[in-house]
Amino acid sequence: MKKFTKFVATACVAALALSAIPVSAEETGTFKIGGIGPITGSTSVYGQAVMNAAQLAVDEINAEGGVQFELNFQDDENDQETAVNAYNTLKDWGMQILLGTVTSAPCIAVGAESVNDNIFQLTPSGSAVECVQYDNAFRVCFSDPNQGTASAQYIGEHELATKVAVIYDSSDVYSSGIYENFAKEAENQGLEIVAAEAFTADSKTDFSVQLQKAKDSGAELIFLPIYYTEASLILTQASSMGVEATFFGCDGLDGILAVEGFDTALAEGVMLLTPFAADAQDEKTQNFVAAYEEQFGGTPNQFAADAYDGVYAIKAAIDQAGVTPDMSASDICDALKVAMTEITIDGLTGTGMTWTADGEPNKEPKAVQIVDGAYTAM
Amino acid sequence: MSFLSYLINGISLGSVYAIIALGYTMVYGIAKMLNFAHGDVIMIGAYVMLTAMTSLMAPTIPALLLAVVACTVLGVVIERVAYRPLRNASSPLAVLITAIGVSYLLQNIALLVFGANTKSFPSVVQLPALSLAGGKLVISSLTLVTILACIVIMIGLTLFIKKTKAGQAMLAVSEDKGAAQLMGINVNGTIALTFAIGSALAAIAGVLLCSAYPSLTPYTGSMPGIKAFVAAVFGGIGSIPGAMIGGILLGVIEIFGRAYISSQMADAIVFAVLIVVLLVKPAGLLGKKIQEKV
Amino acid sequence: MEKKRWNKTAKNNAVTYGIVVLFWVAMTLWDQSGNLSSLMRGLLVPVCIYAIMAVSLNLTVGILGELSLGHAGFMCVGAFASAFFTNLMKETIPFTPLRFALAILIAALFAAIFGVIIGIPVLRLQGDYLAIVTLAFGEIIKNFVNILYVGKDSRGLHFSIKDTLSLGLEDEGVVLVKGPQGITGTSRDATFTIGIILLLISLFIILRLIQSRDGRAIKAIRDNQIAAESIGINITKYKLMAFTVSAALAGVAGALYAHNLSSLTATSQNFGYNMSIMILVYVVLGGIGSIRGSMIAAAVLTVLPELLRGLNDYRMLIYAVILIVAMLLNWAPAALAFREKYSLKRLLGRNKTKEAE
Repeated sequence: MKKFTKFVATACVAALALSAIPVSAEETGTFKIGGIGPITGSTSVYGQAVMNAAQLAVDEINAEGGVQFELNFQDDENDQETAVNAYNTLKDWGMQILLGTVTSAPCIAVGAESVNDNIFQLTPSGSAVECVQYDNAFRVCFSDPNQGTASAQYIGEHELATKVAVIYDSSDVYSSGIYENFAKEAENQGLEIVAAEAFTADSKTDFSVQLQKAKDSGAELIFLPIYYTEASLILTQASSMGVEATFFGCDGLDGILAVEGFDTALAEGVMLLTPFAADAQDEKTQNFVAAYEEQFGGTPNQFAADAYDGVYAIKAAIDQAGVTPDMSASDICDALKVAMTEITIDGLTGTGMTWTADGEPNKEPKAVQIVDGAYTAM
Repeated sequence: MSFLSYLINGISLGSVYAIIALGYTMVYGIAKMLNFAHGDVIMIGAYVMLTAMTSLMAPTIPALLLAVVACTVLGVVIERVAYRPLRNASSPLAVLITAIGVSYLLQNIALLVFGANTKSFPSVVQLPALSLAGGKLVISSLTLVTILACIVIMIGLTLFIKKTKAGQAMLAVSEDKGAAQLMGINVNGTIALTFAIGSALAAIAGVLLCSAYPSLTPYTGSMPGIKAFVAAVFGGIGSIPGAMIGGILLGVIEIFGRAYISSQMADAIVFAVLIVVLLVKPAGLLGKKIQEKV
Repeated sequence: MEKKRWNKTAKNNAVTYGIVVLFWVAMTLWDQSGNLSSLMRGLLVPVCIYAIMAVSLNLTVGILGELSLGHAGFMCVGAFASAFFTNLMKETIPFTPLRFALAILIAALFAAIFGVIIGIPVLRLQGDYLAIVTLAFGEIIKNFVNILYVGKDSRGLHFSIKDTLSLGLEDEGVVLVKGPQGITGTSRDATFTIGIILLLISLFIILRLIQSRDGRAIKAIRDNQIAAESIGINITKYKLMAFTVSAALAGVAGALYAHNLSSLTATSQNFGYNMSIMILVYVVLGGIGSIRGSMIAAAVLTVLPELLRGLNDYRMLIYAVILIVAMLLNWAPAALAFREKYSLKRLLGRNKTKEAE
């Protein structure tokens, strides 16, 4: 026991010493932006994309002169409690504006903290409805209901199919959220959901059953409101099982072509509603993708684009509100809340994006189809 | 017809579990420890194979050998550094916790070295699939290779343990460490050998797992690792044929549960069946019940 | 002789309670002085939660001597039961302390019920088989909570294990439990003081149990089940008693957890086997059977990863290394012998004698 205490004391001292090094809260003329997302753990791919892209945007903005940013990105392991700890760490650092969190459940938990402290919060990718339930919170991505409804409408209006199967992740907030709203709207659109098959975070290697059921049900279209990691597996297995239905996805599917070593022929004909496509031809996207690849390696995904736009949205709101770095976080928040609804920005995930006071963005999802291993507008 | 195809899918998923479970059960049988890091050794093996194939342009067989060698070395090092010092600790839980630490360590090393991005694994088996009943039932060549590998490894291990001196030494160590030592068996060497074999199997398992389900992340090994652990217990932990039967049954139950009961509750069904099996046969299907002597 | 032993136990208990009270006083004073960082303030409740988890698991692992890998499952039951109650009763019981107290009791009750249900089959097994079955139950609980939907409207409560649509709610109905999204908007009633009080109560219950006649029976079963049986100890009863008390206290920790965050979901991070194993780490590192040790280990290991934040990408890597090294230093026979030989005390003692010369 004594020895343990001794060890504990040593460990604590060591940890304190280590943690003390990078935290230097000097007063400069820069805005302190905090970022929160999963850097480790099974969802780290999304958090790292946000961290990298946000850093990229911050560097660009700083190089321009004018408003200066300092970004401090903290890990939340996609866990609510850790996210709140990360938030408190950032508060101690002197965070004035929060970019985060990346995933929905931690975002809701952090939202309850940020509204108490009145710190402006912009989540790049927290898509659950409650993520922006308070007036200090805004988001860059679409909300889950928005995506589910839009997908059903798109399929209905373009008469892509009448019999639809859905494969979704019942342990994931994003996926089940979209599925539910899709199912609601599908009725209105005259779509028949012939199979709704789930998988969970603990069993997402084998999808043969879900695909078999979709196949047996005679579905003409399979809706995949999931992320591209699982989708790449589903497409691989679907091809070996001879599933002939069309696949239709949401923004989570974006990134599938960039999976290292993935045979893009498998994704041929896949349709998705996404506000961002890494191989879009416009200059803005191309510059972003090139810069991202150069700095971090790998193609940026939807999350990266949302984060990049998020930083620029913050900048635009700061310019609009005319706030300065010497103001308190609370004053900045009050000013930005108003400014956020007044700005219009042209970003990677949409042109002419505006925000409503309830935190939702106004932008159009683009429907794209994968043809010859590249996105083609539909 | 769908019943048969579910069965085949179940067997192919199960064969992957089985091959992981073989490594688990082997280490457990001899060293009497739950090596929670086994799943992560699998992941490292898959990454080594992938790197060898994509960066070094190595052909399949040399790449596989490289992965096997790398995992063997890794397994032996882990055993030497993290497990051996705790072998005679006052509680068997100590080494269990260290294994968890090793598991975290391997995941985070992989995260730093290979990045968080999902990598698609190239197929290592390029043989035509077996087509039955006029193309209505397709058994992929990979499934056949996995099952074949499983059987070969199972027979190989059984023969090795029964026929060789080193194998007999393993048996002796698993029965009674102290007595084995007195008989002049190098206990440390034998356990190190067990880890070497277990980790080499992990490399093969990793390659087969990622060929069957071609997406690789630093966390790829953890869930199949746990499932394989369940499979090993299912079949009777420590029993080599038990691991294979347990693995395949687990795969079939998982697929059938998803197909005929509820896809949302597949995990719960697998675990519920495990509980029932253990309540009926408290030492697993093929496990030996050791009666405590007074 | 007998009296002396009791005094020693009483003294030992007093030290344990003293540490907790001292911790509370120190932290409260620090907080009042305004120098306590937000991070540390935010960690106060989690420290209490995990301390309760660790001491309650120690009852199963250390005192009863059975390895449980599903302890987080009971925490999950407690968390969801209490959060559900709080959200349901938001209007009915507006008086927060009463509502929270009831929520905690409900959490303990539900977790205890699950403890009995799970304990009866599980405790028939032994060793690693028992461990895997507890793990299985934990995963089943997590899986089930993830697909559970509960809604409320004027006609009462509606349950579904499919989706919110199949609840068939009226238009003004509200969904209280939303599958993987869990329960959101639970009022955040957990405070550090409440956490400390609950920790003290947990310690009291556990220490009393251990030092009672029942506790000695439980320890006898741990040390030799056959011998214990032969002198007429009811094995099932005592095993179940320890297991259920342990589960109920985990439920209390779950209630604290649910009322500390505004979004409650069941993932493998917070209620899956990862968490069960983490709690086990606290117990083993703090000393199996040492209630005080596991409490301190839980506190330290909850704070440690947060203090390592300065390391950025290397944070979890270093954490893993610290975990392995700590295990080796605390448990390896060689390291223990080495420390015995070169312990600080002896070195100091030697220095003293040298100085004297």
